[in-house]
Order: sequence, then structure tokens, then C-alpha cells
Amino acid sequence: MPKLPIYMDNHATTPVDQRVLEAMLPYFSEKFGNAASRNHSFGWEAEEAVDRARGQIAQLIKAKSKEIIFTSGATESDNLAIKGVVEFYKEKGDHIVTCVTEHKAVLDSCRALERAGKATVTYLPVDKYGMVDPDAVRKAITDRTVLVTIMYANNEVGTIHPVAEIGRIARERGAVFHCDAVQAAGKIPVDVDRDHIDLLSISAHKIYGPKGVGALYVRSKGPRVRITPQMDGGGHERGMRSGTLNVTGIVGLGKACEVAASEMAEENRRLLDLRDKLQAGIFERLDEVSLNGHPTERLPGNLNVSFAYVEGESLLMGLHDIAVSSGSACTSATLEPSYVIRALGVSDELAHSSIRFGLGRFNTEAEVDFVTDRVTHEVKRLREMSPLYEMARDGIDLKSVQWKAE
Amino acid sequence: MAYSDKVIDHYNNPRNVGSFDKSDADVGTGIVGAPECGDVMKLQLRINPDSRVIEDARFKTFGCGSAIASSSYVTELVKGKHIDEAMTIKNTVIVSELNLPPVKIHCSVLAEDAIKAAIGDWKKHHEDGEPAAAEQRKAQEG
Ligand SMILES: Cc1ncc(COP(=O)(O)O)c(C=O)c1O
Ligand code: FES
Repeated sequence: MPKLPIYMDNHATTPVDQRVLEAMLPYFSEKFGNAASRNHSFGWEAEEAVDRARGQIAQLIKAKSKEIIFTSGATESDNLAIKGVVEFYKEKGDHIVTCVTEHKAVLDSCRALERAGKATVTYLPVDKYGMVDPDAVRKAITDRTVLVTIMYANNEVGTIHPVAEIGRIARERGAVFHCDAVQAAGKIPVDVDRDHIDLLSISAHKIYGPKGVGALYVRSKGPRVRITPQMDGGGHERGMRSGTLNVTGIVGLGKACEVAASEMAEENRRLLDLRDKLQAGIFERLDEVSLNGHPTERLPGNLNVSFAYVEGESLLMGLHDIAVSSGSACTSATLEPSYVIRALGVSDELAHSSIRFGLGRFNTEAEVDFVTDRVTHEVKRLREMSPLYEMARDGIDLKSVQWKAE
Repeated sequence: MAYSDKVIDHYNNPRNVGSFDKSDADVGTGIVGAPECGDVMKLQLRINPDSRVIEDARFKTFGCGSAIASSSYVTELVKGKHIDEAMTIKNTVIVSELNLPPVKIHCSVLAEDAIKAAIGDWKKHHEDGEPAAAEQRKAQEG
């Protein structure tokens, strides 16, 4: 039996890889210099480490070192990219194209600009697999569009958007293309030139690096992309992001990118095998389960399923020795089920029944077998307790029932 | 969020899960909540028509662990009570017994509503002038 509890929520965060930790350690107390100190060896040492990290990140996404700006994480990268572009290009236009399943860091940045009267926003729908249609992007772009912001891969259902095509369309129409690649960079091949990406957000803690550090790629050539800084201060990062650099975090992010780049192909094969085994096991042993997300164009570690007639939080409670997450309202502060799952056209009832499994570098086959058994057992147990399962078995159409909701 | 020991106990060992025959005239069935809201509770009470005492109870719940625990606890709570007394049960009793946090109060409200709905259903057969109709239905179905 595998060691408990099992962590299978790698879209939320990942543990720091031992190799990453080791790379970071000297930069806490031994090589503690400020990378902006230009006149002594402590500063040079730190600057050297930061530059090395810039190179490691650039290599992962096929960019140039100087195009990498360090931030406190992808939330900041998304804010800086979106607000920075809209502010810089305000003479040119004020329209943004995005989509409904973006992360809150993107959606709420757009909403803030709308509220402030600084932008109008088109929120494109997605198909039943969670994918944006590039043609819809083309149609949404107007002469006033300054920014298209579409994520590389979705954090809940794992769907990978046709990013290269969207990027090409944005480039043709002269709009800046920002891509939140938090779930994709380091997991699947990302290439800012092939994908026509102008701005790209990444976060260290999703790729076995530390929390609280991220980066924004800013294209320097063909075309050069400009952003207005969102924080005033010492003019670090070529004036785009002030603030003393988080050297330890940056070293960790760099190392995490290096490891990811060198092991991606092998890790993907392994994750895909595990994920497919988990999926097949669940679907073989339980009826009335449905996949949320794209059947093939999906992150290798992602499996999001709805277990009809079983509420997600109660299932999480039954799986107390397994860390996964649910799109159920009962697990959210707002008491609304996941907006991502709903955007796929999945009914609210099935959104409440959704569970996201996020497989990662450290999951094993024994864990997958254990999780399959536990999930099957708990779903069956909870269905025996579910009035909806009973009604469905009795042939009652749940949609025809007059519910007495409060 | 951490669950209280009592919620965990009811969740792991739910009391009185199951169903009674809905058409039995002595059985009152209350179904509250809605699947789109993520919670549906079915509570059934077997009520003695002479003494009006709740003799047995069953539940089935689609909802979070706190909703399952609330309904499981309610089946124990109402047993042996006269329906007039059961009608006065407030959700706050459930909240304090199970140590529910504020975000889970609505799960207890649902359980309170389920008691009222189940007794209301039973009364339909026994008070609104048509006990005979229910008896007749039972005879036909039996
Ligand atoms: C797609 C996506 N964008 C942005 C973020 C935010 O990243 P961070 O935690 O680094 O602020 C996350 C992580 O939750 C994410 O999954
Ligand atoms: S049923 Fe949704 S919070 Fe309890």
C-alpha cells in the first residue's frame, strides 16, 4: 500500500523538487546579496544567479534571456501584462478579447479595467470540451483591439487551446497576444515564436519550484511589445517591475525550468500512462461518470470527472487520505459551482459532482491503483445514500421534478 | 476546512439510511433542496396514526458531508417524538450538536425543512379530511 496521504492535486501546487531546493539553499544566507548591488561581489554573485535563471526560463519557452521579467507569481504576471498593455496602447484602442474559462487573475484584471472605464472586453465562450474556437477570436477582433489574452491550458479541465493559431490571428490583426501558460510551460512544449506569443505568464510553484515567484515573458523583437509598469520604485527589470529581486525564488524557478525542459518528454509519457490508467479504471468500474475537458487535447496529468448523483465535497470527505479538488459549490466560498465546468455546458448538478485529479512528477502507479479503488468504493457508498440515484434508478427523470429549493 | 468529530462519525456511520414505501399511509416523505444547488435531502418518517409519535425514520441525502451528517442526526433526533414536538425542532440544535461552521448552517436548515416537509406530507393523508383516500390508495397499490 502506498504511503498516505496521497497528493493528487498538482494543478493547485506542487512540492519543491529536491534538486530545486538544493540549488536555492546557498542563496539564503551564504550568497545573500542584492542583485541590484553593482559594486561588490555579493551583488555580482546574486546577479549572476539571476541571469542564469533568466537563461533557464528563456530556454524552456524558446525566448531570449533579456525578455524575462521576474514577478511575485503568475497573478502578478497576468495583472502586469493585461493592465500594462491596455495602459501603454491606450491611444491605439481599448478592446480586449479573452475567454470565459480563464483564471481569475486574468478575468478579474479585465473586469477591473472595464469598471475603471479603461477597456471593453469580449469574453469568448468555449465548446463542450472547454476549447476556444480560433475563428471566434478572429471575428471578435476589431480595429480597437489591443490585446488578446487566452490561456495555454486550463487549470481545471486541462484543455489545451489552439494557441499557435490564436497567436497567428492576433499577430495578423496587430493585437498583442498574452498567454497565461502557468499550467502548460514545463509540462508541454511551449515556443513563443512558433505560437506567436508576445507576453507569457509562468509560475514556479506549479512546476516543482517555490511559491511566490513567477515570470512574465515580454517580446523584444518582431514586434517589440511594451507595457506600462504597475508598481513604482527603483526601476528594476528594465523599469517594468520595480522591487528587489527574490533571488532564492528566482534561482528555484530557473532550476525548475531546467529540470522540466530536460525531463519533459519522459515525464509526459509516464504521466499519460498513469492518467490513462486512472481514467480507464474509474470508467470501467463505475457507470454514469463523465469526462470534463477535451478527450485528447488535454494536459497529461489532468483528469476531471463528474460522478453523477454524488456531491463533490462529500466525496472529497470520503477520500480524506487523498488530496484532490472539486468543482462543487460546497467547497467554494461563494457557494457557486465551478464557472469553468459550467462554461462547458455541463449541468449545475454535474458541476457539483466534479472531481479534479492532478497527477504530477511524484505520483506512482501504486497510488493510482489505490485512488481508483477508494474512489470506486466511495462513489458506490455515497450513491446508496443518494436520493437522486434512487430516483434515477426508479426511472424518474430528475429534470421533470419540481424541486422545493429555498 | 476541518470537520468536527461528530460530522465525521455520522458521515462514516450514517444512521438510518434507506427508504420506506412512499405509498404507505403511515409514512410521511419530505424531499427538500435541488440538485442544481448541490443538495437534496429525502427524509421519511413512520408515524403512528393514533399516538402521532414518530416511530422510525430513514434518510437519503445528496449533499456535502455536513448535509449528510445533519440528516443522519435528525433521524435519531425525531424518533420517539410526537409530531408537534418534532415540528418545533430548530436547525440551531443541529448546528450545536454537530459543531457546524457558519458556511454549513444552510445544510442544517435543510434538515429542519425536511422534518417539516415529511410531517406535512403525512398530515396531508391524515388531517386534510382525506385519510380514507390514502388508505384506499394503499389498498390499491398493495
Ligand atoms: C492558469 C493559472 N493562472 C494563474 C495562476 C496564479 O498563479 P500564482 O499562484 O503564481 O499567482 C494559477 C494558479 O492558481 C493558474 O492555474
Ligand atoms: S450541501 Fe452544500 S454546503 Fe452542505
